[in-house]
Amino acid sequence: MSERNFMKLSFASRSENESFARVTVAAFVSQLDPTLEQLNDIKTVVSEAVTNAIIHGYENEPDGVVTLEAEIEGDTVSITVSDEGRGIEDIELARQPLFTSRPELERSGMGFTIIENFMDELEVTSEPSRGTRLRMKKRIESKKALYN
Amino acid sequence: MSLQVELEQHRNVLVVRLRGELDHHTADIVRFKMEDAILRGRCDHVVLSLKELQFMDSSGLGVILGRYKLIKSRGGKMVVCDVQASVKRLFELSGLFKILSLYETERSALASLEVVS
Repeated sequence: MSERNFMKLSFASRSENESFARVTVAAFVSQLDPTLEQLNDIKTVVSEAVTNAIIHGYENEPDGVVTLEAEIEGDTVSITVSDEGRGIEDIELARQPLFTSRPELERSGMGFTIIENFMDELEVTSEPSRGTRLRMKKRIESKKALYN
Repeated sequence: MSLQVELEQHRNVLVVRLRGELDHHTADIVRFKMEDAILRGRCDHVVLSLKELQFMDSSGLGVILGRYKLIKSRGGKMVVCDVQASVKRLFELSGLFKILSLYETERSALASLEVVS
């Protein structure tokens, strides 16, 4: 299966859209016939990335725009979550386990660590007051691929 | 899809059953309901019963850690039981099992606290 497939959608930076985003990507990725565990990994990382955009990018303001893209090429899924929010000053620091810029909001500081563990690749680009973009990749060794 | 929080008191133990999906959007309801029950009620310890928790992300870890700190500051214990594989993985990854004991069932979790209190 070498054809490329993709999806793109934008939505308001409201917390009720976190579940919408992860369910949407899970439905899109289902065509690769992933295991339940792989599907759950994808849902979790989308949830982490979208929550980061809402809480940190837009500081919980509901009028920002979050853009979600997913692309399937062969057996690999790439997911991009981007915002036009305030950006991350120090990406290295933000990626440290347990680091959070908002301890008063009861953040665990585990978002990036979870994404790094559940995906094969993570690339973060950010510019202060311009926004942040997360690009993640994961190979899905589907049941289908095993039979072919 | 959302989250239901069911609270039940067994003597001085608060049993909290979470059903559905725990994320940033639903974390507030868990925070408010548990805080209210802990501060108002006569419970010293908490059992988090997660059999029907279908999804959790790091926002869930944050809210659980926050309630753990509250219970601990009041001299109580918090334990977890009946955790699904995906939620268990997140607990393991974040090292939460170093501070929260895991039990197979609500009954064994409650029994462990009867010994404590």
